[in-house]
Amino acid sequence: MDTTVATTGTEGQVWGGGNEPLGASYGKLMMWFFILSDALTFSGFLAAYGFSRFKFIEEWPIADEVFNHFPFMHGTDAPMFYVALMTFILIGSSVTMVLAVDAGHYMNRKKVAFYLLLTIIGGLVFVGSQAWEWKNFINGEYGAVKTKGGKVLQFVDANGKRIALDAFVTVGARDVANQGNSEGIWFETSTVTTATYTLDEVKEAFANRSDLKIRTQVLTLNEKTGASEKTILSREASLAKLETDGVSVVEGANLVENEYGAPLFADFFFFITGFHGFHVFSGVIFNMIVFFNVLIGTYERRGSYEMVEKVGLYWHFVDLVWVFVFTFFYLV
Amino acid sequence: MADQTAHKLEIFRGLIKFKSNTQKIWGVLIFLSLVTIVEVALGYIKPNILNNHLLGLKYLNWIFIILTLVKAYYITWDFMHMRDEVSGLRRAVVWTSVFLITYLIAILLIEGEYIYQIYKNAAVSFDF
Repeated sequence: MDTTVATTGTEGQVWGGGNEPLGASYGKLMMWFFILSDALTFSGFLAAYGFSRFKFIEEWPIADEVFNHFPFMHGTDAPMFYVALMTFILIGSSVTMVLAVDAGHYMNRKKVAFYLLLTIIGGLVFVGSQAWEWKNFINGEYGAVKTKGGKVLQFVDANGKRIALDAFVTVGARDVANQGNSEGIWFETSTVTTATYTLDEVKEAFANRSDLKIRTQVLTLNEKTGASEKTILSREASLAKLETDGVSVVEGANLVENEYGAPLFADFFFFITGFHGFHVFSGVIFNMIVFFNVLIGTYERRGSYEMVEKVGLYWHFVDLVWVFVFTFFYLV
Repeated sequence: MADQTAHKLEIFRGLIKFKSNTQKIWGVLIFLSLVTIVEVALGYIKPNILNNHLLGLKYLNWIFIILTLVKAYYITWDFMHMRDEVSGLRRAVVWTSVFLITYLIAILLIEGEYIYQIYKNAAVSFDF
């Protein structure tokens, strides 16, 4: 069977890589080499994430509070369910991939095509889900105030639950002078326009609502349960903290600020899930190329569906990486 | 190319033996799903009993990490067919990554903890 896989032209040539000391063809071996190096790259990223987390161990955001959205269930607190769903989608597409590989061993072209198609759909749904997850994270939900030291102050109500800026701050007057095409700019203003509210509006609204308090980034140990919880300041300390330390209003997350806490958390989240999402995307492209080759009978003529096996290895590796990303970003 | 008869159809050290490769794939899917469900349930409930620390990590986090490695094993062994490869290939891939990654993680986490102590015991406060 091996000699009929006319792909590299080195069959039988000992010094051309023709014999197979590891029992795997040239292409499969190279795919394993690539996967190994890519695995080391991802572990470098995740280890760097671990480094930063240990460095800020007492103030790292709590993932359950950041990623608690579920489609069509607006306002409900559903931590992790959406990523769990994404995990199932990716594992599911891994299964259809391995079924395609298996069908390839039987030279069953229709089945290979069918399972590859399912795999491609699964991959696309996953990438879409990730985009949605990013959207929620970038938009944020509550809003917060940034301090001089770059820390974040969040607002909680009497029950210690987070309260959105939208729920208690009102937009004041803005000295916006509208311009037009002739001026070349849309408007001119002296207020900061990066957030919906100005710091003064937040301060004023906070002073008027005596039930509100400030929650800092600092994690303290709850002696009773052993869990780490964010520190809530007393009303007086909250007022003083907001007055002396607050510098700007933060809404959502980007590469420089993050309403949920340490900006590094956002940086690593965007970089690692982005890099993983790029792998999923390129995997979908590879799968599509192989899918169309299956349809036009390339591998039928070649006498072997090994190409499906090779992209399959890559696809499973993407799933493998997600298993680790899921653990270290959402669970631990 | 792996012949159909070349697949090893046992998992859990022979505890479960499947009749065909397709059946094994579904079996592994069920197992991986169960592990994921357990992870999500633990992450949602967060039992207080698992909040004690062992070697700088909560029990809960140790459980997550171990379950992740279990999942990684079955994805590599059964979906990527590492179970059917010769031991030379298996070791070249697995040993390389395991040793390098362990070293990398150990050194970075120790360093992170050191810098945390430096910040914490510094003469100036970073929380302002």
